[in-house]
Amino acid sequence: MLRLLSILAVLCLCIPAYATESSAIPKLDIGKGGECVKEPQWMRKNHMHLLTHQRDEVVHKGVRDDKISLKNCIECHASTKDDSVIARDDSFCVACHRYEAVKLDCFECHSGERKSAWLKRNSK
Amino acid sequence: MSEINVQRRQFLKMSMGVAAVSIAPGIFLFDMAHGKADANKVRWGMLIETANCAEGCNDCVTACNTENGLSDGVSSTDSQWIRKIEIKDISTGRETSLPMMCQHCEHPPCVDVCPTGASFKRADGIVLVDKHLCIGCRYCMMACPYKARSFVHEPLQNQNPDVPRGRGTVESCTMCVHRIDQGQQPACAVACPNKSILFGNLNDPDSEIATRIRTVASAQVRADLGLNPGVRYQGL
Amino acid sequence: MLTSVAALIVLAGLYSVHMMEEHGHIITGMNNQIVWGIPHVFAIFMIVAASGVLNVSSIGSVFNKPAYKARAPLAGLLSLAMLAGGLTVLMLDLGRPDRIIVAATNYNLTSVFAWNVLLYSAMFAAVVVYLWTMMEARMQPWSKHAGFVVFIWRFALTTGTGVIFSFLVARQAYGSAILPPMFIVISFAWGLAVFHIVQSAIYQWNGKMLDEYVQKRMKNLLGVFVVAALYFVVVYHLTNLYFARQVEFERFILADGGIYPLLFWAGYVVLGNLLPLLLIYLPGWGKTQHVAVASAMVILGGFAFLYVFIIGGQAFPLSIFPGFEVKSSFGDGVIGLYSPSLPEVLLGFGGVGIAFLITAVGIRVLNFVPREIPKKAL
Repeated sequence: MLRLLSILAVLCLCIPAYATESSAIPKLDIGKGGECVKEPQWMRKNHMHLLTHQRDEVVHKGVRDDKISLKNCIECHASTKDDSVIARDDSFCVACHRYEAVKLDCFECHSGERKSAWLKRNSK
Repeated sequence: MSEINVQRRQFLKMSMGVAAVSIAPGIFLFDMAHGKADANKVRWGMLIETANCAEGCNDCVTACNTENGLSDGVSSTDSQWIRKIEIKDISTGRETSLPMMCQHCEHPPCVDVCPTGASFKRADGIVLVDKHLCIGCRYCMMACPYKARSFVHEPLQNQNPDVPRGRGTVESCTMCVHRIDQGQQPACAVACPNKSILFGNLNDPDSEIATRIRTVASAQVRADLGLNPGVRYQGL
Repeated sequence: MLTSVAALIVLAGLYSVHMMEEHGHIITGMNNQIVWGIPHVFAIFMIVAASGVLNVSSIGSVFNKPAYKARAPLAGLLSLAMLAGGLTVLMLDLGRPDRIIVAATNYNLTSVFAWNVLLYSAMFAAVVVYLWTMMEARMQPWSKHAGFVVFIWRFALTTGTGVIFSFLVARQAYGSAILPPMFIVISFAWGLAVFHIVQSAIYQWNGKMLDEYVQKRMKNLLGVFVVAALYFVVVYHLTNLYFARQVEFERFILADGGIYPLLFWAGYVVLGNLLPLLLIYLPGWGKTQHVAVASAMVILGGFAFLYVFIIGGQAFPLSIFPGFEVKSSFGDGVIGLYSPSLPEVLLGFGGVGIAFLITAVGIRVLNFVPREIPKKAL
């Protein structure tokens, strides 16, 4: 019994290890990139909490902290080629979310385009 | 006075002090939660001078559509945050033209009926839809006496980065909240060629809007409902 | 055979939900003036009837009538089935049905809708417990208590449904305190009509005959409920007719409004009330098959009534400037246009299909068919 359990445990550990080895870590277009809020590993894990917190502050209280606003994230992370974080399979948001199979619900309402680019296009 | 009496008095004083200290934060928090702390300082509102509002002029509507990325369409499924209404008094024949939009009520029915709390009133009196919470039940549209709200019937693309909008949620005039938060005026007020839309802080006695509504006759639409809208009309 | 037809209908309903998700509500007939359409007619009918059908069990357990006691489990099952069907339709018509979890975790306590979320889920639980107490021998002693809870709760539930409309100050059709009691009485009639149909179908398929005494009592009860419901509707319209500011609206609904007066008079009054009453009370009629037809008519009349009440009530323009003639680009002062589209009708029927499937499977798997207590025991 104990042996069975230990085999199972080893198997459980193996599967994720195998998974990460076999499929490549997503390659994404990080746009301009850079570190403005926190280091990348922390951001990978916690960006959604920052965004959710910020969204409630903005919508309900009008406290607009530009540094952690979605717009500001997009400004730097939109691709330098097409000014978007969602336009292609390797776009900044899409690539990771697809890899992790997490539904990306922001951009049904929010624009995924860099604001400066949007302004340039729509001021004509 | 006997010593016991003095002691008793001191005890009473002290216990009242303790009671006051322990209740005060509760009352303070209650006020905060109901947005009362700020409510006395700012309430954004508008005064619309209907005498100057020209029939056929649509500049406020166009400005709103451009600012907020609306389609300009006028079919029954298109969003219209602000619209021009021509009214004619049936008994006297007097005609008036005016813009109609969310009236930013003090007691908004849309906020009362919203099941998720997506419809809400900001501390500065602006009534908004939190589209992160809106499930698209449209009960607020049933409840609004001004027909101020629109439902997004189709998937959208190319939204203004400052004005997120999306399929399946309800939306209405935000008083250009993204502009107000940057210290600017709403797009319609800026665009009006006749300066018919006066925007300002109703609760600041020295503001232009407060001075005007103190000195000239103005009315609220459907004042009988007792909702106390933040948008007032002159010459109705 | 019928079950597979029902399953197909449910599938068609789900497909139209998928289409509505993909394209948005643009593919329905609903718009910014008529914000609630055919799905709401179906959903509200089923929810109201789900509450009314429990009357059968209440008469059995709370008022101790053995003939109805034998039918209580079937009534409970029908109630669950229709509640499930109606709520599914309501939920899938949302603009963002994928966010239903938001509705479950964010409550605005002043919202009638939020109250109804609680009322419906508690109703579901209460009926399940009630069924359990009736069908599990060891729980029998609690059956009466559970029946009483359900009895009270369904009044609250139908009040909640009526209040959705009666708390709307904006529209002239609604905002009246008579609506909750009206919905309660209407629910008795619709619920019993649904029960009659299901019962005659079950008896027909099993080749059984309904006991004459039971049949007579139940048909008379249906007659009384239909008359009572009609009374409330008459009072509702009379009140409106008396108020000068409401006369225009009544003229629209009862005379000038095209489809709406037609549905009201021909659909609700004649088909939904007068003809069924004749079938029930005319000497020599009132047999099982007459009552089944009468019940079907009451149900059709119910749909006609809700169409007029919900959609007609929204089609009449808001009175933003009373005493003024109004025109604008947003349909102010104009009668709203609405033509139901196929997807939303399919969604509505999908809900009926769900209710049918639950009932059919329930009857197959568990012991829901009424067993007559021998007449001597009565």
